[in-house]
Amino acid sequence: MTRYLLGRVGQALVVLAITFTAAFLLLQVLPGDAIMIKFMSPEMALTPAQIAEIRASYGADLPLWQRYLTTVGNFLTGNFGYSIQAGVPVSQQLATNLPPTLLLASLAFVAAVVLTIVLAALSNLTGMGWLRAGLQSLPSLFISVPVFWLGIMLIQVFSFQLGLVSVISPGPVEKLILPVATLAIPISAPLAQILMRNIDEVLTQPFVAVARSKGASRSWVLWKHVARNAVLPTLTIAGVLFGELLAGAVVTEAVYGLSGLGGLTYQAVGNHDTAVLQAIVVISAVAFVTINLIVDLLYPVLDPRLGRKVAAT
Amino acid sequence: MTSLLDIDDLAIAYKTGDHEQRVVHGVSFKVEPGEVVALVGESGSGKTTTAQAVLGLLAANGRVERGAIRLNGTDVSRWSQKRFDAIRGSVVSLIPQDPGSSLNPVRTIGAQLAEVMQIHKRGDRKTIEARVLDLLTRVGLTPAEMRAKQYPHELSGGMKQRVLIAIAVALNPALIVADEPTSALDVTVQRRILDLIDELRRENGTAVLLVTHDLGVAADRADRLVVLQGGRIQEQGPVKEVLASPRSAYTRRLLSDAPSLAKARPERPTPSAVDFAIEVQGLTQDFPVAGGAPFRALDGVSFKVRRGTTHAIVGESGSGKTTAVRSVVGFLKPTAGRIVIDGVDLTTLKGEALRRFRKHIQLVYQNPYGSLDPKQTVQKIIEEPLLNFEPIAAADRARKVRDMMRRVGLPESFLDRHPRALSGGQRQRVAIARALVLDPRVLVLDEAVSALDVTVQAQILALLDELQKALGLTYLFVSHDLAVVQQISDTVSVMHKGRQVDGGPIDKVFVRPDSDYTRELIDAIPGRTMPVLASPAISLQG
Repeated sequence: MTRYLLGRVGQALVVLAITFTAAFLLLQVLPGDAIMIKFMSPEMALTPAQIAEIRASYGADLPLWQRYLTTVGNFLTGNFGYSIQAGVPVSQQLATNLPPTLLLASLAFVAAVVLTIVLAALSNLTGMGWLRAGLQSLPSLFISVPVFWLGIMLIQVFSFQLGLVSVISPGPVEKLILPVATLAIPISAPLAQILMRNIDEVLTQPFVAVARSKGASRSWVLWKHVARNAVLPTLTIAGVLFGELLAGAVVTEAVYGLSGLGGLTYQAVGNHDTAVLQAIVVISAVAFVTINLIVDLLYPVLDPRLGRKVAAT
Repeated sequence: MTSLLDIDDLAIAYKTGDHEQRVVHGVSFKVEPGEVVALVGESGSGKTTTAQAVLGLLAANGRVERGAIRLNGTDVSRWSQKRFDAIRGSVVSLIPQDPGSSLNPVRTIGAQLAEVMQIHKRGDRKTIEARVLDLLTRVGLTPAEMRAKQYPHELSGGMKQRVLIAIAVALNPALIVADEPTSALDVTVQRRILDLIDELRRENGTAVLLVTHDLGVAADRADRLVVLQGGRIQEQGPVKEVLASPRSAYTRRLLSDAPSLAKARPERPTPSAVDFAIEVQGLTQDFPVAGGAPFRALDGVSFKVRRGTTHAIVGESGSGKTTAVRSVVGFLKPTAGRIVIDGVDLTTLKGEALRRFRKHIQLVYQNPYGSLDPKQTVQKIIEEPLLNFEPIAAADRARKVRDMMRRVGLPESFLDRHPRALSGGQRQRVAIARALVLDPRVLVLDEAVSALDVTVQAQILALLDELQKALGLTYLFVSHDLAVVQQISDTVSVMHKGRQVDGGPIDKVFVRPDSDYTRELIDAIPGRTMPVLASPAISLQG
């Protein structure tokens, strides 16, 4: 088990190292940089010598490999560098922008999981054929809806037409309702699709017939026998979808005018603020890798067959 | 006195698309308390559907159209699932077909056994726990404390079936529906499992509705026999009477097609050739095990097969017979030993030379459903091997394919069909045609008739016999079924745990085996109590 754990953690670290390097190189080859954008505007009226001095103060004049090593060293010691545009440490910007995004993403994820389970459970327990068919076709509808459009539609319907959620100075909870829904619905779609398909598949397994022959009711069979077996493959998808959640959060924050990692990313891209972008990429990668690591480690817990294989390696 | 189970004029239909297909047409029979009634028939006979209806477990598109299923006098055929839940497990229970997939892989066997008592609320946690251990011990799974905590994947097929039997008898039901309870098990395990079911039902006075395709099993274990074909009862009565003097032509055919050791061996011609088509010497195969000593799947296996004869490799699962086959056709590089096919040492060939040599030795697989590409037509399937070797003109290829179709007894109109439009037996004919299209000298048949119904099996065996005579083929016939092997082979190797424990001419090995294992294997074959019928000529027709 320890060997399996160490192997998985090692793999995760390799992924992080590669992501870090790739992000660094890509950001460096972008034409133009933040210093040029900020200081070369005519209003500043700085001489080339002054600009060169500023460049030197940021370490931007050093050769690529030297900058790479410095950045690696800085990241390892928790120093994410300075935002050139804002003139403050990146860590400070993250401290204000990360928590709201994290909150939004986590709430959306929980909402997506709840929505998925409700859809799957209802469609399997209802005796009404039309309801079952309707619930089962929902995910395909959800999956084809773009996030920005959904966001705009939700605002139109719930805020402007029904007046249920106020757009002007909403409360802290009210403010999150529509963004969470916007983000959760497209995420729940593939999850629900896969979960429903898995449930249908598990229901055809002979052990389900055996459970029914013991006198188990439909819901007993669904919760005690089908659920855990059907959740296993869904878990992998849930891990992968987390990446989509981050991308979705950026769009959602833009639509709803929320401050967060999305807004920060948007600005940093516009200003070629490489230090900020590097930090955002690394943080996203860490989150993604961690979630998938947790999924990998959860597998042997949920499926005893894997537990033994893991122990044997 | 009312019967325990009284099935009266039962008709069941399945809805496919917008029309209903009736599969059971007015079936009537009774099961008295404590009695074993065998429901015998081939695939599509409606035996499983009838059994499922008794448990209220018909597929969602199935419907009882007519008739009654009376349990202790009460008609349950139109009961809701909710009402059925109250009697399933407690009054009627099930021993399923495939123990491998009949237990939930993510729950311990103790939990799955306890469940049937929890559902019917028989006692508190302590009582149920104690009962679980009692039951596990009773079905021979000891130490019970350890077994209760194990997961299904930690048990063998036979042990899993013991768990399922424990579940079925836990609440002492009046009737157990045993749906092909031993079809997926090795023959020696089958005997022990059937013995266990017998013992338990005698102890508790439980009646058993035994669904089986195996007349031998029915003959040995049942009091009464119900023979089904195409959803209709052909005949029923006390097992001895039905088997001794079957009234219906169908039962007679089943009896004559069923392979049995008690049957006289067909005369086999003495081989004219003196040379050997296959010589295997000291074949050993190791498989690496992560972080441990390699696993020896084959250990010094040797046999010789005379040209134009059939050599059988017999063994139970894990005996190494499949590994032996894979080595002989050159899919595996042996760790040690020689495999000489037609004078060429296969173990010295590699790359292109090995690929070319494969032409001479072809394989027919067990599962006729999985071994044919569902997207290809029969024409394409049979033709494909020709495209892998020297180019042949399209017209010649087409002629060759038609020749093969005729040889295996398939009409030319099948050429454009896809495998799904064919029956199991027809598919296996296509697979044989595909193997023969390259004019091989050796044909390896890996459980090639195991998945087929007995009448179809008999037809395919007759076809193989005919092809051997006409083309001078040498067969390597891998099977777990000694009765089939005895019918069609000249020589045999009996495998057990990677070793060859017996070998030589069939007559010698079957009558005077060297090893206790072979004797046990022969004794375990069901159907010793089955009377032998004079074999009609029908089984020789393709």
